[in-house]
Amino acid sequence: MSETRHIQPAAAQHSWRRFKSGAMAGLLFVCALLVMAPLFLVLYFLIREGASALDWNFFTQLPKPTGEAGGGMANAIVGTLVMLAMAAVIGVPLGVMGGIYLAEYGSDRANDWIRFTADVLNGIPSIVWGMVVYVLLVVPFKTFSAYAGGVALGLMMVPLVMRTTEEVLILVPQGYREAGLALGIARWKIITVIVVKTALKGIVTGVLVAMARVAGETAPLLFTALGNNFWSHRLSEPISALPLQIFTYAISPYDDWHRQAWAGALVLMAVILILNVSVRILSRGRKFK
Amino acid sequence: MASPSGDPASRVATKAPPSSGARWPDISFRWLALLAALTTAALIVLVGWELYRGSRQAIAQFGLNFLGSSAWDPVTDKYGAWPFIYGTLVSSLIALVIAVPLGVAAALYLTEMAPLQLRQPIVTIIEMLAAVPSVIFGLWGIFVLIPWLRDHLFVWLKHTLGFLPLFQGPIYGVSMLAGGIIIAIMILPIITSVSREILRSVPDLQREAAYALGATHWEVIRIAVLSYARRGLFGAAVLGLGRALGETMAVTMVIGNRPVISASLFAPSYTLASVIANEFTEATTDMYLNALFELGLVLLVVTILVNIVAQLMLRTLSGGASGKVN
Amino acid sequence: MADPIQANPISTRSPVTAPAVAPQAPAAPGVAPLEVAFAIKGFSLWYGANQALYNVAIDIPARSVTAIIGPSGCGKSTFLRALNRMHELTPGTRIAGDLRLFGEDLYAPGIDPTVVRRRVGMVFQKSNPFPTMSIAENVLVGLRLNGVNDRVFLRERLEQALRMAALWDEVKDHLSRPGISLSGGQQQRLCIARALAVQPEVLLMDEPCSSLDPLATAKIEELINDLRSSYTVIIVTHNMQQAARCSNRTAFFYLGKLVEYDQTRTIFMNPSNPQTEAYVSGRFG
Repeated sequence: MSETRHIQPAAAQHSWRRFKSGAMAGLLFVCALLVMAPLFLVLYFLIREGASALDWNFFTQLPKPTGEAGGGMANAIVGTLVMLAMAAVIGVPLGVMGGIYLAEYGSDRANDWIRFTADVLNGIPSIVWGMVVYVLLVVPFKTFSAYAGGVALGLMMVPLVMRTTEEVLILVPQGYREAGLALGIARWKIITVIVVKTALKGIVTGVLVAMARVAGETAPLLFTALGNNFWSHRLSEPISALPLQIFTYAISPYDDWHRQAWAGALVLMAVILILNVSVRILSRGRKFK
Repeated sequence: MASPSGDPASRVATKAPPSSGARWPDISFRWLALLAALTTAALIVLVGWELYRGSRQAIAQFGLNFLGSSAWDPVTDKYGAWPFIYGTLVSSLIALVIAVPLGVAAALYLTEMAPLQLRQPIVTIIEMLAAVPSVIFGLWGIFVLIPWLRDHLFVWLKHTLGFLPLFQGPIYGVSMLAGGIIIAIMILPIITSVSREILRSVPDLQREAAYALGATHWEVIRIAVLSYARRGLFGAAVLGLGRALGETMAVTMVIGNRPVISASLFAPSYTLASVIANEFTEATTDMYLNALFELGLVLLVVTILVNIVAQLMLRTLSGGASGKVN
Repeated sequence: MADPIQANPISTRSPVTAPAVAPQAPAAPGVAPLEVAFAIKGFSLWYGANQALYNVAIDIPARSVTAIIGPSGCGKSTFLRALNRMHELTPGTRIAGDLRLFGEDLYAPGIDPTVVRRRVGMVFQKSNPFPTMSIAENVLVGLRLNGVNDRVFLRERLEQALRMAALWDEVKDHLSRPGISLSGGQQQRLCIARALAVQPEVLLMDEPCSSLDPLATAKIEELINDLRSSYTVIIVTHNMQQAARCSNRTAFFYLGKLVEYDQTRTIFMNPSNPQTEAYVSGRFG
């Protein structure tokens, strides 16, 4: 006892250390607030500026030429949905199958490489995707198109879906695979019917998060979908998308268009937040024993 | 003892199902999965190849001078990448200077200090911030951030730090500094969440050992946590850099888009991604388009290298905790 | 028997209904005590560079219960998993020797391990009903995924398997409830029913009671007793009383070697090897 007392620091120094610790704690707290602040600032202005410009016409009408008030982004909303659907058609099978390979097959070393490439791929700037798909689909067919936009978004989804699929498949206990094998069931049926089904919620979650992510992408659409102020009648025509329209309007000099841009941003943000929140609720029940 | 060669029924059983025939769905499923997994590598090669193909003329024409030249003149068809490389590097650097301390501090608060019931909500909020599209940050940047910067922060900076060349010159609002700030906001979530993963992987034993020496809370963080996690946090910063370099829309909307190199952070600038976004569909000559492709190639190579470095740093440290965050 | 299912390879063997149909009548039904199910000679197994089994030679009789005992790490589970090639899930395994089931080499080049596992079913230490499936779906999944679709047949097989697993009376009124809604002991019996539904020739059990309470354990042991007349059961257990209670023959493994193999009574009352004696009398392990 007496020995410990000897090495107690002097009281003054001790309280200075305590004070410093408390001050740093406060500072860290302030930093955490600062990190969160932009979300609230953005949401606040989206609602303040966007809500007033939002009406029924916004969802049902085409953009009006400059100078005319009103109009909407109906074509952009539909365009976004169309291209998201096409993106899912490309991104989900490739991503899920790749995730299955990483989780169920392959040697640790080879899979480490594949994971590595997926992560690197995920870091490629989205504008680059636009350029590549431009060369692959716009130049040969001599037209900007919904196809090109969908492909660009779909390719961006592949690494996202692949990694989340792998992560949830790994959580499925080995016992289920063994039980299936011991019943003499073929491996691919075990994977598709038992393992994937068990992890289905998690996979769907991953897909929805990936879709929410690409739904807000603008850069890959600039030279693929291009944008369109009217309805697109074919998928081989240029098509509008919500983020594209927001961009065009935001950098325009017209007040009417600025208000439309805010309204569009509010809608886009709401869709993305709803997707993200519902995914969180969905995945809350995800537990394997 | 020679077994009585089994009962007839069992013999039938093994022979009847086509042993090799039953395996082909299994084998083809495996191959399909492998092909899907390999699309990642194939896509990287494809992207690199297409950008190279698109920029071959420019590479042949300008060679390495392209990187160092400041010319950008579609009329005389002379192109150089330097102003864009400069703009990209400096804006990313500004972003890192702002975002890394803030992000790491927020991650420290989350793992070491925040009350347990607050942690999940904060994490959720940060994930939501990560979900905000670039174009919305850009819109907010144009109409909210830029006016505020122009009328308040920049004015104050000019007053207090105006002796530095960084904060001199006319204030337009759209500027290198505005670009850096908007990128900082956009990379905060990834830096925070990767840092958090890193900090969580610091063994509790480290902390307990420091506490046992009589250290205060902050001293524990400094001695045990930060020193242990230093390399991983550096990896988080590099990953943030990778994202910063490629940010397109929001930057394009606030940085001013003028290929000038100025000491002042109040001056407009231009980044690789922005110039591609703005001029790609307007490129009238082949050489113009080639030059833009070469800018894309430069951007791709740099981001891939930065990402590889980040992944390596994070991987060796925390066994694959990386890459989880979009 | 004009059974359309007859064409399906899975249902051609049916040890349960076999006495009634009796296709192999000449081979002294049920009374031949020493018909050999597994004939194993010089069997060794390696995990990478580590040898887990050394030169095992054993003949396991059909339609009886054989217990495999030994201290943990002795290779008893490895041996069990080698019997239906489940060990192949671990990368880098390698075997040598001869392993035959009713005279057929299970490791012959053309043999599909999936088919082997259809003939040699397995129940695991931890009960593992498929969480997305109902009780009925769990029992029938093996048949369904192997292409059996006949509803009447499936319904029959469902009841039969659940009855054999002594679970029918407890679950017959809520077959569509999730399999994981059952209690631990019931879940394990559901897994047994699931394994029995594909009518394997042999049922392997890897410490099936280790996570169950005594009452549930008693039920499973009773069930093993009932299966004896129609099935070849091989059970790995670390519980010597259990081995003594429910097996006809017992094999003692130690350090990857088969030390002694004999009638259960002999192993426990009068073992010939001093290591066996030390183990069964509780002096080590």
